[in-house]
Amino acid sequence: MRTMPEPPPATTFAMPLIVTLLAGVLALSVLLAIGLGAAAVPPGETLRFLWAAVTGGSITAEEVTAYQIIWQVRTPRVLLAVLVGAGLSVVGVAIQAMVRNALADPYVLGVSSGASAGAVLVSVTGALTALGIYAVSAGAFLGALLVSALVYLASRGAGGLTPLRLVLTGVAMAFGFQAVMSLIVYFVPDGESTSTVLFWSMGGFGAATWGALPVVAVVTAVTVVALRRFARNLDVLALGDETSVSLGVDTVRLRKGLFVLTSLATGAMVAVSGAIGFVGLVMPHLVRLWTGAAHVRVLTIAPLAGAIFMVWADLVARTLVAPRELPLGVITALVGVPVFVVLLRRRGYLFGGR
Amino acid sequence: MARLLLEEVSVSIGGAPIVKDLALAVEAGQVVGLIGPNGSGKTTALRCVYRALRPTGGAVWIDGEDLSRMPLRDSARRIAALTQEGRADLDFTVEEVVALGRAPHLRGNQALSARERELCRQAMAQMEVLHLAGRGVLSLSGGERQRVLVARALVQEPQVLVLDEPTNHLDLHHQIRLLSMLKGSGLSVLVTLHDLNLAASACDRLAVLSHGTLVACGPPAQVLTEELLREAFGVEASVVPHPLTGTPQVLYGLGTVTTSKGTPE
Repeated sequence: MRTMPEPPPATTFAMPLIVTLLAGVLALSVLLAIGLGAAAVPPGETLRFLWAAVTGGSITAEEVTAYQIIWQVRTPRVLLAVLVGAGLSVVGVAIQAMVRNALADPYVLGVSSGASAGAVLVSVTGALTALGIYAVSAGAFLGALLVSALVYLASRGAGGLTPLRLVLTGVAMAFGFQAVMSLIVYFVPDGESTSTVLFWSMGGFGAATWGALPVVAVVTAVTVVALRRFARNLDVLALGDETSVSLGVDTVRLRKGLFVLTSLATGAMVAVSGAIGFVGLVMPHLVRLWTGAAHVRVLTIAPLAGAIFMVWADLVARTLVAPRELPLGVITALVGVPVFVVLLRRRGYLFGGR
Repeated sequence: MARLLLEEVSVSIGGAPIVKDLALAVEAGQVVGLIGPNGSGKTTALRCVYRALRPTGGAVWIDGEDLSRMPLRDSARRIAALTQEGRADLDFTVEEVVALGRAPHLRGNQALSARERELCRQAMAQMEVLHLAGRGVLSLSGGERQRVLVARALVQEPQVLVLDEPTNHLDLHHQIRLLSMLKGSGLSVLVTLHDLNLAASACDRLAVLSHGTLVACGPPAQVLTEELLREAFGVEASVVPHPLTGTPQVLYGLGTVTTSKGTPE
């Protein structure tokens, strides 16, 4: 018997400390982002306004404009950025595990193009008027669900939803619905439909209202909690489908569950903020670079990191060339791409290959 | 320890029969080797045991219980498998992969107990991968990865161990070490092997598959004959007793291949 060298100390990852730290950074970012913008309000004032709004306190008459900007415009907007940033990041993690593909993001199954087509259709036809200001969002959500249902039906087979078939069907569906969208714009080439298309394909939080927040908050919370509960099953799934079954994980049921959960979550997020690209693709990889691959850690850190990133990306989008607003997707890509490439090159990061 | 029984197991895929009425028992604590040429249905038979596949006919029993009526988690606590899937998608550490062997025993994200962590340590030491504990699995060599996966299966604390080509990528030292470990483990083992000499040394019984049909089954000395090698494998070889242990050993040189009956035309 040969003597064994002692193993190197296991990577200690001080989870509670890091979570506390990130939560602190997030709170601070939210406060700053609410105060900053075309009309900057110092953090102290911001806090006072927020406090007044929550407790029903009083403010002076000349503060009303600033108060309204803070409470009616920026707070819901920044909170939406928090929710969508967190949601897209965890959905990205789950989708990459579900389809076993490093290039997958929340939109790989065609959800975003379905949502855009739905939104444009509603805005040019004036359908769903009963829903008032939420009509277009509802159209986007329905479009997203329609695509998900089609992808599900088309990629179902004897062995359940196979990863490759999911990705291929999703990509094909995306092309199909982009064509539908182009067709609508072609026949109704008014400014309204063009700007709707632009908004839904680039994404942004400009349309954020308090009214839309509760739904997104519930969806995001449920998604984060549910996915984290299945963290070990996602780990097992990454070992391969055959191995998963031998470890007691029913891959067919797990994929179905993941599909339904991620489709609903992505649909809800796209409906309120359009298809904000890159976050759901890159955040999972960035977090894994930091925490390692185990999903229980990734799914704890990803929502916080994604939220922080999104708050700052949105702040840059609305302040860089103020009073004009840059499309959020542009910022996430411009910031995300170089960071991602540098990190990938610097660390030995492997995802299913070298 | 458990007795594994394949009762007239048949598998057809897309109408084509892959395994036909396979009847095979692995007695408690026995090591049974499943041998046969490429495409003879060995892997398919194993997949029915670790439940990646449902037999189209017949049933697999463990201690008198029908596997198909058992929840997946329950069978995973009793049957562990080493599949041909080598690569993980994500760069887990060796330690993390081995710990995933405890998945069928744990609820949700429940952490491993001290006993379970010690179990993982022992399995890694047994497979000589303890020094790799903190390494990423994707950067390991094929043989190292194979040993990590065996350690993961051991940590499952199964009664039955199913291994599909476990000696793939392993150097001679680790091949011999692994098979002697299997022999001494006290587990009921069903293993496919290509190296007939290793199979003869390590297995209590050998079962030979050809075109999905069981053509021979018994102790190695009875099964490994020159006639069988000709019939099933299409190889002209000499079978001689090992000078030290007496187990049958197959000797062959190049130019000993006949028109194979073992492979489809």
